[in-house]
Amino acid sequence: MNADLGQANAIVMRRLLLLAAAMFGFGFALVPLYSIFCDITGLNRDEAQVLARNTQVDRSRSVQVQMLSNSENGDRWRLLAPTGAIAPHPGELVEIEYELDNLSDRPLVGRAVPSYAPARAAAYFKKIECFCFREQRLAPHEKLRMPVLFVLDNRLPADIGVVTLSYTFYAKGES
Amino acid sequence: MAIDGSSAILEPAHHGALPGGTWRWLTTTNHKDIGTLYLCFAAVMFLTGGLMAMTIRAELFQPGLQFVQPELFNQLTTLHGLIMIFGVIMPTFTGFANWQIPLMIGAPDMAFPRMNNWSFWLLPVAAALLIGSMFLPGGAVAGGWTLYPPLSIQGGISYDMTIFALHIMGASSIMGAINIITTILNMRAPGMTPMRMPMFVWTWLITAFLLIAVMPVLAGTITMLLTDRNFGTHFFSAAGGGDPVMFQHLFWFFGHPEVYILILPAFGIVSTVIPTFARKPLFGYRSMVYATASIAILSFIVWGHHMFTVGMPVAAQLFFMYATMLIAVPTGVKVFNWVATMWRGSLTFETAMLFAVAFVCLFTIGGFSGLVLAMVPVDTQLQDTYYVVAHFHYVLVTGALFAIYAGLYYWLPKWTGHRVDENWGRWHFWLSAVSVNVLFFPMHFLGLAGMPRRIPDYALQFADFNRIASIGGFVFGASQILLLIVIVKCVRGGEPAGNCPYEGAVGLEWTLSSPPPYHSFATPPELE
Repeated sequence: MNADLGQANAIVMRRLLLLAAAMFGFGFALVPLYSIFCDITGLNRDEAQVLARNTQVDRSRSVQVQMLSNSENGDRWRLLAPTGAIAPHPGELVEIEYELDNLSDRPLVGRAVPSYAPARAAAYFKKIECFCFREQRLAPHEKLRMPVLFVLDNRLPADIGVVTLSYTFYAKGES
Repeated sequence: MAIDGSSAILEPAHHGALPGGTWRWLTTTNHKDIGTLYLCFAAVMFLTGGLMAMTIRAELFQPGLQFVQPELFNQLTTLHGLIMIFGVIMPTFTGFANWQIPLMIGAPDMAFPRMNNWSFWLLPVAAALLIGSMFLPGGAVAGGWTLYPPLSIQGGISYDMTIFALHIMGASSIMGAINIITTILNMRAPGMTPMRMPMFVWTWLITAFLLIAVMPVLAGTITMLLTDRNFGTHFFSAAGGGDPVMFQHLFWFFGHPEVYILILPAFGIVSTVIPTFARKPLFGYRSMVYATASIAILSFIVWGHHMFTVGMPVAAQLFFMYATMLIAVPTGVKVFNWVATMWRGSLTFETAMLFAVAFVCLFTIGGFSGLVLAMVPVDTQLQDTYYVVAHFHYVLVTGALFAIYAGLYYWLPKWTGHRVDENWGRWHFWLSAVSVNVLFFPMHFLGLAGMPRRIPDYALQFADFNRIASIGGFVFGASQILLLIVIVKCVRGGEPAGNCPYEGAVGLEWTLSSPPPYHSFATPPELE
């Protein structure tokens, strides 16, 4: 192989290697580029969930939900229910927030337990997220806001017009 | 070569005598030797991947679990895919390129003979990593050849080994592609303008560019997978804010051009074989070149059709659907040209031609089922069913593999100096052509009826078609033994082929003796 051809071949090889290296980098660059592309075009951003609509809401009636709390030991902690009553449609997704205050100088560990009135409403009260599922740990004088995400099943009997949701907090290691 | 004074054309002498035995094959820089190595490697891998396919079909012969447990079954489907793609089809085409491209363009060898040696010898290492992972605790990769996270992030050591194997195979492919492009661009015989290059050379030139463009993207993607697994990055791990769907986007940005890497050289082979046995020049050579180039360019904008069901915006689904359907146009041009080449030709049906004609018919079936799958609403139904399995096996087995068979039967006389035993060849063809349809055609029905892929067990209503497919599979597998016999017979001896055993063949390779001298075209040939 003569020298000229060797040199010409080396030039082509260098360019192709450069192309390969650039494409390796391009693979990594695609990660942010996809995001930028979607930002610019609006694809997969706002309207992505447009078709996801809750079709299970029973708008013909609404049910009053009263929220209560029992502070079992009033000087060590306080569990506050959201004020006022709400009246969602069955099938509607509702978010409410309870607040737990540790009033003492000691850490607080415990768990909340829900109850429902009338008791037969419990079967239709579907909680998706609730602080009662988990043990709560609070530092001295810490305040904790705890969400409840629930849906009243639209098969809730028509004669139940009011549901009361009540939480009682029990500290660990105390009766 | 430097021509000074009288020391002129003593060229082959300075290479001295060949070292013998193993050392010759380990150190060879000769394009013909390396081509042979690629083909032998692919043959071994073909038997390995084929045995896995036979096990899969045996398990699917009837419902319930008979021979393999689901874990092993999943490993077999994964390895079967990786081996057949990276270990069989790609190395075979590279082997063809090594043997044929220098002969077809009148070059003395490939541009970078040492790198050529290295490209090949990386492959057995990669294959050892890939197949060796089967024998480690946890077994080989079982998450499918596409290595989708989260499974590929959670799996064991075999995933790391497979990623390394793919890195090595990718490096090998990139080096092979650089070699092929440089050879074609710089080392053509004087007078061979681009538009006078044989079609096989054109398709390989375009394929090599595809390889250089997308193998590094695969390397980058699996590197991200590797760092996600071992170094705490979160490209694809949702737990750290990454996006598993991003992997699919990156993988298929490589994966779709890869599909054309697996088929474009097949187009080249068929475009060589059909004119020979039709005794007519290729119809529409220029449009063939442009069609190949358009297919390659379009392959970069259709990756989304592999992932219609991930939750893509409608606009993207429409774009990918229409872009995919657009590819049918250049592909249709090609099929038209092959048929037009045969039209009113003086056809003879040697085995090579039989496989080429079968390719045109059966690849078109695979192309049509691809069009069906390109439609978003249909694909939503058929995603991950046996319809998809039927589609890509029609494209890759009766497409790429049949074209490889056509090429083997066509060029074996050139490589060995002996004519192929046409009797055995015809048996091989007819058994393969019938059984491959018995094997894959019922899979369309299974997919339409809802049978999912990659599952070792199935509901009772799928039993009949699965049994038919399995029988076809066993016959197809056994028929490939005939091919081995044909090759061994042809290497051992047979009727001498002469320079050119075909009356309709044109091209520089047929001006040489069969087998060609170890160093051919030391002086560039003259084209009129």
